[in-house]
Amino acid sequence: MSSIQDIQNEIIEEFSILGDDKESTIYYIMELGSQLPEFPENERIDENIIKGCQSKVWLTTREVDGKILFFADSNTDITKGLISLLIRVLSERNPSEILNADLFFINRIGMGNIIGSQRSNGLAAMIKQMKLYALAYQAKQNA
Amino acid sequence: MSLNIEEIRALFPILHQEVHGNPLIYFDNAATTQKPKSVLDALCGYYEHDNSNIHRGAHTLADRATRYYEKTRESVRDFIGAKEEAEIIFTKGTTESINLVASSYGRKYITKGDEILISTMEHHSNIVPWQMICEEKEAILKVIPINDSGELLYDEFEKLISERTKIVAIVHVSNALGTINPVKKIIKKAHQFGAKVLVDGAQSTSHLSIDVQDLDCDFLAFSAHKLYGPTGLGVLYGKRQLLEAMPPYQGGGEMIKEVSFAKTTFNEIPFKFEAGTPNIADVIAFQKALEFINTMGKKEIRNHEADLLYHATSKLSEIKGFIPVGTTKEKVPVISFNIKGMHPFDVGMMLDAKGIAVRTGHHCTQPLMERFGIEGTVRASFSVYNTKEEIDEMVTSVAKIAKIKNK
Repeated sequence: MSSIQDIQNEIIEEFSILGDDKESTIYYIMELGSQLPEFPENERIDENIIKGCQSKVWLTTREVDGKILFFADSNTDITKGLISLLIRVLSERNPSEILNADLFFINRIGMGNIIGSQRSNGLAAMIKQMKLYALAYQAKQNA
Repeated sequence: MSLNIEEIRALFPILHQEVHGNPLIYFDNAATTQKPKSVLDALCGYYEHDNSNIHRGAHTLADRATRYYEKTRESVRDFIGAKEEAEIIFTKGTTESINLVASSYGRKYITKGDEILISTMEHHSNIVPWQMICEEKEAILKVIPINDSGELLYDEFEKLISERTKIVAIVHVSNALGTINPVKKIIKKAHQFGAKVLVDGAQSTSHLSIDVQDLDCDFLAFSAHKLYGPTGLGVLYGKRQLLEAMPPYQGGGEMIKEVSFAKTTFNEIPFKFEAGTPNIADVIAFQKALEFINTMGKKEIRNHEADLLYHATSKLSEIKGFIPVGTTKEKVPVISFNIKGMHPFDVGMMLDAKGIAVRTGHHCTQPLMERFGIEGTVRASFSVYNTKEEIDEMVTSVAKIAKIKNK
């Protein structure tokens, strides 16, 4: 599996092809969201909603062989695309990798300009929640 | 006589810019309108030439600023057809105007078991202040329902109003739907039961001709920034005898007659309600906004906006997946809608990518959204400087977006 670093570089490359065309970029982000695996209906519950996002984002995890797998869904297609990017980078990693990850791709692709300040806050809340899960798993693994 | 829209657009510097490589199309006028150059010049002009604190000044600048400030009050009085300038109070905005009445009038006159009537389509700013006073006084908040077209159910209002009703606080024009409510009829009925009526005019004053004496409303609240004026400035109109009977809302300078540590006596209206140094620059600039509207003519503005609304409604209705929210005939130029299978946030962001500014979400009317069983809408709201060509651009974009989920 590629490193967190390599996957981020891949994403940067993909977005660089889109250039400054905001419309194409948004359509691309939505397209990424549509490729997320189906989220189980019974997990679409309030306890799984990430606080701090204006849209609804459900996030769950599973631990397989010490690695964390993330599953997510959102009621808006663009947000779904955003969380799919985070999953691509952070899922199937061990907790310390997630906790130490420097998500430089967000600034490099100019995400703030693409999605605006409110959705950027939401994106930050998603990252925070993923890292919190990692912290909890790490504590469990070290126990 | 019809308006020359190109000439009008030339008066608004902000409109001439590109957003994401496309010419800006500004359809978020119900949130705030853009400001003509005359307003911007007046703002700067005040700070460059006249800046000084008003009233009680012994020098020329203070006198000049005071005259300009009070000239706006006179213009506002004329704009809404009030009897006298003393009935015009400057506030921070519609929200503060409503809070002023809820706090001052409400605290003095609302008692346990009294009822306050609002409608389902109120903005949060015409819900929360009344909830607060109801909680404090153990009064009861009652809500006039609406139908599926977004029209107020007048018959239901007649059933709800009674001798227990102390205040009817009603929005003249819904910010989320554009519905024009029959406020004159409501006021007449409310007065038969001795209730006072506050009209939330935030959305109506920019589109409709308002005459407070003809309406016979007791209070009217509105904001300057939705009327081509500056932000941070609002108006509360109130009938003299009511304002005089009401206790001050805030204490401080300006609002007093005499202060001693034993007792303070209060100034006359409107100053009794304008504690502290007011928003002088914005008040002075607001006069230019009213002048702009008067020069255009309310009737001409309304005709142009009605044309835009008709054009947009008929074109958008042809799009597969287009779901209008609020379909009454009596509307100002506001179109609220959803696209089947899509979240309004996404639609808004995709429109922004084409330089088209609309508002998305619940529009501070969560109970109304709940009534329609939706989370929010996309809202396009037009103004005098918008054109049919701009609407056609939006329609093309909406059609493209709708196709994603409605093939």
